[in-house]
Formats: sequence, structure tokens, C-alpha cells
Amino acid sequence: MNIINFTPVSAFLGGSLIGLAVAIFFVFNGRLIGISGIASNFLNSKDNRFDNFLFLLGLILGPIIYKVFTQQEINISISNSFILLAVAGLLVGAGTRIGGGCTSGHGISGIGKFSLRSIVATITFMIVGILTVWIKNLI
Amino acid sequence: MDKKFNMSKIVSLICGIIFGIGLTISQMIDPAKVLGFLNILGDWDPSLAFVMIGALIISSPFFHLFKNNKKPIFVDSFSYSNNKELNKKLIIGSSLFGAGWGLAGLCPGPAIASLALFNTSSIIFVITMFVGFYLVKLSDLTTQAR
Repeated sequence: MNIINFTPVSAFLGGSLIGLAVAIFFVFNGRLIGISGIASNFLNSKDNRFDNFLFLLGLILGPIIYKVFTQQEINISISNSFILLAVAGLLVGAGTRIGGGCTSGHGISGIGKFSLRSIVATITFMIVGILTVWIKNLI
Repeated sequence: MDKKFNMSKIVSLICGIIFGIGLTISQMIDPAKVLGFLNILGDWDPSLAFVMIGALIISSPFFHLFKNNKKPIFVDSFSYSNNKELNKKLIIGSSLFGAGWGLAGLCPGPAIASLALFNTSSIIFVITMFVGFYLVKLSDLTTQAR
């Protein structure tokens, strides 16, 4: 194992902002942030639909605001074929609903309140994610 | 009451924005960065772990300080899952999610945030992710109807 591209400072700073959003949402609106829950409820449920819409809108506005204020380009690279992306999207959509959470809902909010369920979920999706990348690199 | 109602909407928007900026600064919006973390058996980029540590250090104390409060500031009651069940669904669902996450390097937050960049790949991923949300809802409804 080699360590490459490690950016601890920006990771920690960005992570702190994510934590701040989670804390504010909890203290003021009484809800825990899990993006898969917010997005799927926006689609499937009338409860809090406008709140969920505004949150998702903000999530898209965030990178735009960052770009405007810092004048920095946001570079992302997705190198997969469209078929693979579609399969991955289906797996992520269905999996997060069956398992009740994603990286934010289980990985941050759930672990933050010391939920064993969320710790088990996070370990599971990390191990499977790591194995998937490992297998993908072998092929 | 009315004023509080509106304030909660503003909080939702602001939290979304802060979350989106956090994903951008930490570069978690970039699938390559996430895949670098999951590539722990090869060339490893530990950054994602620092994102989670930062998020947990800031948010976790608030859960424990405020959970015994009667009500949140802008709405009438706390509403979040207190599900403690460790079952097959949790493991199967999290495994399916992990497989999709490892295939594309995208999870729901970064995928939706990256719509800001008008990237065709993100758009395809987000559409099929919503199809996934819908299919599970549909199968839940059919199971209940039985």
C-alpha cells in the first residue's frame, strides 16, 4: 500500500463544514441529515417535501457558490461507461433505501449518535466498496 | 408559528448549501477522490477518513447535548429514526450500496451536488439512483399490500 494524493487539511475543513450543516439541521429543524433519505423522501413522500427540495437545491447551489467566490474550477473525473454508471446508480439508490442510509445518514449522523446499526452499515458498505474497487482493478 | 415555519425552510436551504460547499472543499464531489479512498488495497488516499472525522467532531456533540431537549428551535418536534435493528436488510442494502459506490465512486450527496457541474455522467447516475429509490418504495408497497 502506498499513500497518494492525500489532502488532510482540505478534507478536515470540508468535513467540518459538513458536520456544521448536520449540527444546524438537527438543532434547528430536529432532523438528521442523510442525503439518501432526504432525496428519496423528496421523491416518495409528501412529508417535508418542500424542506427536502430546498435542502437538495442548496446542495447543488453549494458548489456553484464556492466557484463564484473562489474563482476556482471544480474538477471531477468520472471515467466509467454510461452503462456502468446506470448500474451503479441503481445499486446506490436501491441499496441505500433497503439499508436505510448512505455515507452521510449512517456514516456521519448515525455514527455521531453512536448507533450500532449505523456503525455496522458503514463497515459493511466500506468493506464491499473496497472489495469492489479491488476486483475492478484486477479486471 | 408562521415565522418559525418559514425559518425552518431557510435553515434547510442553508444547510444544503453548507453541505455542498463542504463536499466541494473536501473534494469528495470528485469520484476519483472517493475511489482513491476505497483503493486501500492499492494506492491509498486516506482523505475521506479525515472528512468523516471532521464531520463527526463538529456534529456529534450537538446530538448528545440537544437530544434531551423537548423541541428543536424552529419546528415542534424532533423527527429522526431510532431504528436499532440489526437485520439482513441492513447488511444486504449496505452491501448493494457499497458495490454501487465502489463501481462509480459516487454516493448520494456528491452525486446530487455534482449536478451543479452539468456533467452527463452525474446526471445519468442521479436519474438511475432515483429509479432505485422508487423501485424499493414500490416493492415495499406491494409487500405491505399482500
